[in-house]
Amino acid sequence: MKKNDNQSYDEFIKGIWRDNPVFVQVLGMCPMLAVTNSAINALAMGMATFFVLVGSSFLVSSLRNWIPKQVRISCFIIIIATFVTVADYTLLALVPKVHKELGAFIPLIVANCMILGRQEAFASRYPTRLAVMDAMGMALGFLLALFSLGAIREILGDGALFGVNLFGPNFEPWIIMILPPGGFLTLGVILLFFNWFKLKKDEFLEQVAAAERSGS
Amino acid sequence: MSQDKSPDSNEVSSARLVLTLALAGLISGVAIIGIYEFTLPTITMNKARELREAVFKVVPGVTQMQQLVYRDGELIASTETGKDEQPMYAGYDEDGIFVGYAIPAAGPGFQDTIGLLYGFEPDRRLVTGMEILESRETPGLGDKIYKDADFVANFKQLLIDPEIVVVKKGKKTGPNVVDAITGATISSKAVVRIINETHAEWSQRLPPAGSEPPLVETAPAGTGEGP
Repeated sequence: MKKNDNQSYDEFIKGIWRDNPVFVQVLGMCPMLAVTNSAINALAMGMATFFVLVGSSFLVSSLRNWIPKQVRISCFIIIIATFVTVADYTLLALVPKVHKELGAFIPLIVANCMILGRQEAFASRYPTRLAVMDAMGMALGFLLALFSLGAIREILGDGALFGVNLFGPNFEPWIIMILPPGGFLTLGVILLFFNWFKLKKDEFLEQVAAAERSGS
Repeated sequence: MSQDKSPDSNEVSSARLVLTLALAGLISGVAIIGIYEFTLPTITMNKARELREAVFKVVPGVTQMQQLVYRDGELIASTETGKDEQPMYAGYDEDGIFVGYAIPAAGPGFQDTIGLLYGFEPDRRLVTGMEILESRETPGLGDKIYKDADFVANFKQLLIDPEIVVVKKGKKTGPNVVDAITGATISSKAVVRIINETHAEWSQRLPPAGSEPPLVETAPAGTGEGP
């Protein structure tokens, strides 16, 4: 039982940092670059994706013994598309303003390779509990990545966060940050940081290993 | 797939494959219809409320409204719109006296179609307000056509004759002149062009000032609190 707990915790936490779908696996770039021009859009997109990924992973994992592998991809897509449609109509009914801003990108969650990737790589091979933990971790990692990009771009490009002005009237907004190039620039800088961090960590681990070898 | 439980799982009959997909499609279809039916009333209500709020905003002083359509050469109150008929709205004050029209208009903007609603007072020939309903203009630049209060304020007492003219910001001279947004000249011009074109189209259809269609008391589009 203890081991089981540890494993599901590990499946959960890996998506947030070690295997972050955006910063480490570099998946789901389309929504990542397209809808992160403000923090609220990024958050709404992240939550819609969270719902779709967790729902689909749960169903795919529960049904994994019934789905013949020849038609598995079609089945995954049908399941994902259904959840996306549900998310689309729910957002339209509850928060029409956000839905208007996200526009075509909600239906396009279907094409987010991260979601299909999780079904094929994880949910279709592991028990439901682990699949849901994995999906929640990955979706949360995706949400955090989207949010950090959206927040950075909104702060620099609009001088505001969640529409609340931060710097007063003398701030000259850096408009390129909320235009498409800003997405590439911000993402590039963050990826740079992640790779640098990984490099430093590997170096550090090597040093520790070397020290241990010479010490013992 | 290394996870296959039985070695003959490669030989699943076609019937089973078809059945699985058909079943998946069926369940998915039912789920989608369910959520559609479930959210439709809220979505329709939101849209109606948005429209009402927009009408009340572009024609100040309005408390009631009804939908008008141009049919057989005259404007009549109708909640139904036939093919090729564009609806527009008439606003009335508390006593049911006509105040102004709210006319939907659309046309190409910088990136995509801009849809808007503008208020028009026929007796004073004034545009009384403008509200963008739909736009995909560049965030931070073109979207100022609805986010920049100064630009929107241009359209609150704007003479429509002979036509609305756009000038660079700060060069506003006459009652029919709009200050463009710095950095979003194309979007500003698009808004004005859409209003000018729609006005030209409607001006022949509108009845002479003073003989606007009266408020039909039972018109469900305008009376009452909720839509």
